[in-house]
This record gives sequence, C-alpha cells and structure tokens, in this order.
Amino acid sequence: MALLEVQHLRKSFDEHEVLKDISFSVEKGEVIVIVGPSGCGKSTLLRCINGLESIQGGTILLDDEVISNRTKDMHLIRQKVGMVFQSYDLFPHMNVLNNILLGPLKAQKRNRAKVEKEALEWLERVGLPDKAHSYPRQLSGGQKQRVAIVRALCMHPEVMLFDEVTAALDPEMVREVLDVLMNLAEDGKTMLIVTHHMEFARAVADKVIFLDSGLIVEETTPAQFFNHPASERGRKFLQNFTFEIRKK
Amino acid sequence: MLSSEILDAVSTSFSVFFQGKNFIRLLMGLWVTISIAAVSVVLSIFFGTIFGMIMTIKNRVVRILSKIYLEFMRIMPQLVLLFLAYYGLTRSLGISLSGETASILVFTLWGTAEMGDLVRGALQSVPRHQYESGMAIGLTNRQIFCHIVLPQTLRLLVPMSMNLVTRMIKTTSLVVFVGVIEVVKIGQQIIEGNRLKVPTCSIAVYAVIFFMYFFVCWVFSLLANILEKRQKE
Amino acid sequence: MDFTFIKQVIPLYTEAAWLTMHIALIGILLSLIVGLICALILYYRIPVLRTITSCYIELSRNTPLLIQLFFLYFALPNVGIKLSGVQCCIIGLTFLGGSYMEETFRSALDTVGKVQIESGQCIGLTRAQIMRYIVLPQAVSVSIPGFCANVMFLIKETSVFSIVAVADLMYVAKDLIGLYYKTDEALLLLALSYFILLLPVSMLASYAERRLRYAQFGNT
Repeated sequence: MALLEVQHLRKSFDEHEVLKDISFSVEKGEVIVIVGPSGCGKSTLLRCINGLESIQGGTILLDDEVISNRTKDMHLIRQKVGMVFQSYDLFPHMNVLNNILLGPLKAQKRNRAKVEKEALEWLERVGLPDKAHSYPRQLSGGQKQRVAIVRALCMHPEVMLFDEVTAALDPEMVREVLDVLMNLAEDGKTMLIVTHHMEFARAVADKVIFLDSGLIVEETTPAQFFNHPASERGRKFLQNFTFEIRKK
Repeated sequence: MLSSEILDAVSTSFSVFFQGKNFIRLLMGLWVTISIAAVSVVLSIFFGTIFGMIMTIKNRVVRILSKIYLEFMRIMPQLVLLFLAYYGLTRSLGISLSGETASILVFTLWGTAEMGDLVRGALQSVPRHQYESGMAIGLTNRQIFCHIVLPQTLRLLVPMSMNLVTRMIKTTSLVVFVGVIEVVKIGQQIIEGNRLKVPTCSIAVYAVIFFMYFFVCWVFSLLANILEKRQKE
Repeated sequence: MDFTFIKQVIPLYTEAAWLTMHIALIGILLSLIVGLICALILYYRIPVLRTITSCYIELSRNTPLLIQLFFLYFALPNVGIKLSGVQCCIIGLTFLGGSYMEETFRSALDTVGKVQIESGQCIGLTRAQIMRYIVLPQAVSVSIPGFCANVMFLIKETSVFSIVAVADLMYVAKDLIGLYYKTDEALLLLALSYFILLLPVSMLASYAERRLRYAQFGNT
C-alpha cells in the first residue's frame, strides 16, 4: 500500500477549477518532482495535501487514513506532513533554535533536551552549526530556507512537501538549498517537490509528474520525461528551458 | 425602579420633542456646532497644506519651529487651548473674543497642525525613485510636483482628511465650555423649561443629542472608509 | 503675575492632577481589556458578537466623550441608574478608549501575515497555540506605538471631566478664574500641568515609534 494516495482530487476557487481529477500515489522513500507552467496548480496541489485548502472532490489518504476536508484534528494530521514554502517563513520574533523547537515542544510535547540535540545535529548537517541563536533577520535567504527545512524535519513527518523553495532566492544561494534536498533524497525521505530547476529535478526525482491546466499530463521517470516527453505540451514546456544559438 | 416604570419614564420623556419647536431648536443648535466645525476644517485644510509643505523644507530653524508648534498643539488638550484663547487672550492682550471666534481660532490652529502633519507624511511617502523617474524623462520640478507627486499624495490625503472632519466635529462639542449657544446648551434650556411638565426629559434630550452627533460623524466615517477602500484598489 | 498666589494654589493643581491620572489609569486599563476582547472577536469573526462589537465601535468612535458623559451623568438617573461623577468618567473613558485600543490591536493582528499562520499550521499547532506563540507576540510589539498614542489621546480627553463635577485640572482653573479673577496664573498653571503630564507620554510614544521602525527582533 502506498504511503500517500491522492484519488480524483478536484479543487476550485469559486468558478475557476484549478485541479481537475488528480490521482497519483507516493511510495515510502519515493521522491516525486512536480513540474509544469506557472498557474497549472502545482502549489495548490501541495496545499491541498497539507489541508491548507479545502477540496471539492476526491480523497487524500495518508497511511490509509483519510486526511482530506477534516476539521477537528487537522493539526494532528499536519504533524505528519512537513511543508516548506517559497517565502522563507520563519517566525521573526524567535531565534533559529526556538523556531525549530516550537512544533516539537508545543504541538508534539516531546522532550526538550532530545529535540534540542536533534535540532543542533540537523543545523550542523545543513551547514549552519553556529546559527542556532541568530534571529531570522540576521540570516541570508538561503540560510533561512535551510532553517525552515530543518524546522519541518524535526517534526519527523512521514512526507515532506517543498513548494518552490528556491524561487525567492538569489541565484547564488539556490545551490546550497538544493544540496540539502539532494541529501535528504539520498537518506530515503519521502518527498514531493515543486521546482523550476529542471537539472535538479532530473537528478533528484524517482518520478516526474507534469501538470498542465489542472491535469496530470505525464507521470513517468525523469529520463523518459526530460529526454523523450510523450506529449506535445510536455515538449513545449521543456523548450522554455533551452536556448538555441542564433548568432553566427 | 420597575422595568415598566422605566419604559414609562422614557416614553413620556420623548414627548418633549412633540411640543412646540423643541426638535427644530435642537437641530439649529447642531447647526451652530457644525458650522464652527466646517469653517475650522476649511481653514485647517488650507493652512495645513501650507504648513505641511513648509515642514518638508530642509532647514534647521524651520524644522525646529514647526516641530515645537506641532508638539504643543498635540500635547495640549483642545479644551485647555480653548481656555487659553477665550480667557487668556481677553485678559493679557485686551482682545475680547466671542466664544465662536475663540473656538474657530483654536480649532484652526489645532487642525492646521494635524493636517500639516498628514500633508508632510503624504509628501514624504512618495518614494525617491518617483522623483528620479520624473527627472529621467526630463520633467521640471514643477511638472514633477503637479503630475507625479500631487496626484499620489491626494489619493492618500482625501480619506485621512475625512477622519480629521469627524474628529473636528467631535471636538466642537467643547464649545459649550466657552458660552456658545449650541446643541448642548439648547438641550439644557429645553430640560430647564420642562422641569415641571416632563421631569424626566433629560433622558430624551441627551439621547437625541448623542445620536445627532453619531449620525453626522458616522456619515463622514463611512465616507472615509469608502474612499480608503477605493484608494487601496 | 502673582507668585505668592501661584505658590498657594499649586497643591490644588497637584491634587487635581492625581485625581485625573487615577481615573485615566483605571480607564486606560479597562480600555485595554475591552479593546483586546473586541479585537479578538472581530479577528476570529465570531458570529453575533461580531455584529454587537461593530455597533459598539461605531457608536464609540463617532460620538464625543463630552456627550457620552452628559448622557451618563444627567440622563441615566431618570431610569434609576445613579452614578457618581468619577464612575461616569471611568465608564465614559473606557467606552471611548475601548474602540481605539481595538483598532490598534486589530491592525497589529493583521500585520502578522497569512504565511506565518500557515507555517504554524504546518508544524501542527492548534489555533490557540498559533495565537499564543506566533500571532500575539508579534502583534503586541507592533501595537506599542499605537497604544502610546491612545494613552496620550485618552489623557487629553480627560479634560472634560469637570462637566460631571469631578475636581480635575480644568475644574480648579475655572474655579480660580471665577472666584479670584486670577486668570493668567490659573491658565499658566493649567497649561503647565498638562504639559508635565503629557510630555513624557508624547516622548515615549515617538521613541516607541522610532524603535519599531528601525529595530526589529534580534537587535538587543
């Protein structure tokens, strides 16, 4: 049985249908990259999986448990799904360590010493061993985004969602964040990644989902998708990322 | 008192408004209040705009003097200012001001400070690069001010000055302290006149005055809200 | 200027100032509580309560304190509610201040962005936890300058208290003018007293505003 199952998911904002009948599943340890033109519904899909948006049809199952459209204990479900946003959204009034500890201590009521040790280890791993007591505004965008990833990881989620985590970063900081994601993939973390970096997608993904106008157009291996896209739309989309030499 | 008795007292009390011209008299009183507020607002907007522009001048002396004026007007309660003008000027300078004149003088001085600060804030909120873009397409300073700065500041200022109007009307209630015959004074006359016939009439009179103020100010608050929303779109 | 007279009456002014500050302090504290409750009701859009709160705010913001006091002191006894002058002042100040505090709090709550709340949700916090650990701490520090401005405004508004026979600064000044014709002295002391009361608050307000504008979390 798959870890995460999305079945016939439909989502609309008022009249406008953003996701039309989306179905796919994620196995434990799988890394899935979702690509597609802007406005195709990638971010909305991730937000639905985390319950930040209510859905109009279909079901989402995590560990065989229905998690879509629940209201009462949504916060318990969210502890199993980690999410990192495009805008590095650390809490500005807390230092890095407290940002990371807030969820494990308050939501999960775990032991402080243990979580703190784990947090410091993670900070070390993502290359920020000396930043535990810094405040968000003292960090660069790439550093903040790495802290946000650690904050999500320390909740021990079963699946991690990354919503264009490098889109707001300066180009030279993109690499340090993507390296962290690569690292996590090697560790066998289950991840859903929305990104515009095709080279990175090709390297990290077990499976690529190409989304266009609210539909899954292709769902295949990265090699297949990037070398021989099956659909016309996929081919056109990939052309956006290459340039031909025009001047002689 | 029993609740039925209270109801009785209230309903008889409102009967004063059906006698003679009591309601009309009260409205006339309100009109005195509103006209004092209106004159003060018009003068405040005029002088405030000038004062606001003066405050953006980069000169130490001008800046310090305008700051002192602004702070003084901000710190002193309007009622104290009113007393200073009404009693103080009469004594020390030998100028005898009527209550109305003293009120308009004080509210204008106060409104000028408040409006001036709004104008200054609005002028300074236009970002530098707006001026620079204007210069880059070869506009003169005058043209930059008329075509770029002024339209942007006006959009900010109109809802803010609506708020000033509401505040001005509320503040005008203070003129009763300096002997102006306005809505509260007339209300007191009506209560006095009906002391024997309708002893409980003060409840009706003060309730009506309360809601008169409310409706007048509310209209301007709504207007300010609408303008503010439109400006954000 | 009659300085011996001034010396004689200074105690009257200090006594009046104490009384004013006493009432103002209670009124401001109560306003804070009313304001916070109203702000939370509107923030969470609680049905029914929300409508009542909005009505209260409109009434409070669009009527002068003076008229509110007239109503409380002269009208209410006719329906059997007899309040002392000081009680009227406290109620009036709270009625007025509550809506001002509400506005300050709510606009501060609104400055905490949607993404902050969503990040709180993402790490599994409940609504109450998000309010307590994420929204409130940020909102409180944002609201401090507005709070100071409200305090200043409310203390200034206390100047109408004499209308309900509370012996405040205006009352003393009016008395001295009426009884002894010492207009200059009375007015000088009046202006001076308000200056001494309000200058520190005003300075504190502009300090708080500057600090908020230039400093953010992590500067200490």
